[in-house]
Amino acid sequence: MKGCWEMEKELIRLENVAKAFGNLRVLDEVDLSIYESEFITLLGPSGCGKTTMLRIIGGFEMPDMGRVIFDGKDITNLPPNKRPINTVFQKYSLFSHMNVEENIAFGPKIAGKSADYIRDKIKYALKLVNLEGYEKHDVTRLSGGQQQRIAIARAVVNEPKVLLLDEPLSALDLKLRRNMRRELVRINKETGITFIFVTHDQEEALSMSDRVVVMNQGYIQQVGTPENVYNEPENAFVADFIGDSNIIDGVMVRDKLVRIFGREYPCVDEGFPEECPVDVQIRPEDIILDAPQEGAFNGVVTRVVFWGMSYDINVEADGFEWLIQSTTRRTVGEKVSLHVAPENIQIMSKPQSEDEEVAQDD
Amino acid sequence: MININARNILLTPFLIWAGLFIFIPLVCIVWYGITDYDGNFSFKNMGLIFERGYLDALKLSIWLALISTVICLLMAYPLCLILTERQRNNSTIISLLFILPLWMNSLLSTMAWQTILEGNGIINQLMRLLGLPTFQMINTEGAIVVGMVYNYLPYMVLPLYIALTKIDRRILEAAQDLGASSWQTFVKIILPLSLPGAVSGITMVFIPALTTFVISALLGGGKLLLIGNIIEQEFTFQYDWHVGCALSVILMIFIILNMLLTTYFDKADAEEDF
Repeated sequence: MKGCWEMEKELIRLENVAKAFGNLRVLDEVDLSIYESEFITLLGPSGCGKTTMLRIIGGFEMPDMGRVIFDGKDITNLPPNKRPINTVFQKYSLFSHMNVEENIAFGPKIAGKSADYIRDKIKYALKLVNLEGYEKHDVTRLSGGQQQRIAIARAVVNEPKVLLLDEPLSALDLKLRRNMRRELVRINKETGITFIFVTHDQEEALSMSDRVVVMNQGYIQQVGTPENVYNEPENAFVADFIGDSNIIDGVMVRDKLVRIFGREYPCVDEGFPEECPVDVQIRPEDIILDAPQEGAFNGVVTRVVFWGMSYDINVEADGFEWLIQSTTRRTVGEKVSLHVAPENIQIMSKPQSEDEEVAQDD
Repeated sequence: MININARNILLTPFLIWAGLFIFIPLVCIVWYGITDYDGNFSFKNMGLIFERGYLDALKLSIWLALISTVICLLMAYPLCLILTERQRNNSTIISLLFILPLWMNSLLSTMAWQTILEGNGIINQLMRLLGLPTFQMINTEGAIVVGMVYNYLPYMVLPLYIALTKIDRRILEAAQDLGASSWQTFVKIILPLSLPGAVSGITMVFIPALTTFVISALLGGGKLLLIGNIIEQEFTFQYDWHVGCALSVILMIFIILNMLLTTYFDKADAEEDF
């Protein structure tokens, strides 16, 4: 997948970008390439620097260090109104003293477009966000979802190269949020505008993006396709943040063999030095429960929670509380054995620098 | 129901207060204004506004109050814009500095202006020291305007400042994001959104400026009579309550007119929202 993206045209490049607020380092020498027309998501917990990175791309914050390159030109010192980039803000930030039409016309009017052009554009933009005929409506009387659509229309109407979306769905209820996810992906594909989307919601990131940038404590932890970051997390933070995970200390015995809790298991990873300590990740849905067997990895069920689609089952084995997702019901106190296929054992190198160590503690 | 009753009971002291100290005096003023010395109904005293140069005093009062209001507005906007910007950086001391004059007796501060603007005042002494020509500043319309602006500026700053702090910073960022320069953001976003604050500021400056007699007495030297001075004289020197009240009623009509006008503009703007 990675190779596929390298074929694309690079639109934005962050070079060595750093930003601090007082003593707090929000972004730490970050490098990132963003390609034309892609839907890229900056994902991380609050305070990870994702919003700051977005605001630096938008021109609302100046980086302390580094450069922002847009289409080959250095735009680091360009103010927001001079950048071919538009933003959809978290709380929509519609102009309450203007109606829908005036809100959408704001950008084109400033740009000095003709009245005919603007009228056509408003029609096109409202159609794009499925709010045809809403021209004269009062923005303060629209529902949250409708306000969000108007905010998108107001941005898209300027035909920006890039659309920045700062947690735009966080104020909407669940059902509306799911709808808007589909809408956003559709608008991205229909217009070809590059979408840079910020969220702390991993489900949102995985379901919408072409690529996900996982961030923590001002560092980029991993960049990859949704499948990539989910199935092959590069470190324990990514494994833990995206989906549920069992993360255990392990030691690589040799290529394709890992030792966990004194037992050796075949796996598919190679390239680690012998006897190298590693983090081992096993997804809850990848563990298969069976009747207890002699010589197998046996444990006792300690807790069962029903989630509708499946059960969350906790099993204690070797002093570790394993999380398992299964569609088969188990009872507390039941003895079971745990089985994992070699390809579902994900080996990750331990963090090396002290900064990264700190990052993982949170 | 109980709630409403409880509220009515709580309201009673205020209603009594309003009746005794607001409504009854108002009725008295109007009564005196529209009756003659024998207690007969008459517009004779109200008609006096067209004699003895009273109309000129009223015209001058409205003119100077208008100029002062405009100057206050022009000064308050940039000041409040800077203050709101600062307030976001958490320094409220600066905003306090502009409210501080309110703590000072306005009579005192006006007398201070007297000593500054006098023929032998601070400014002219300085000019003489530098070998520059001196100015006649006291007892001019300009001096009265200076006094009005100095005394009433905080009343413009406060409502405007509150209106400006209510504007979400993200709204301004959104305007900038859509290509607006700082000036365009001010004209198209900040100005319309802060208009209610400006309107109440205009009312709060215009009304006291229109009715003042202290500022014009001290800085106008009794040569420039405002309508406030004439009303004061009717009461304190002529002991003519009927003329004083009649002029007060006329002044009130102008104040009500001003308020109707400003609320009309406020409403017209609010209706544009729909």
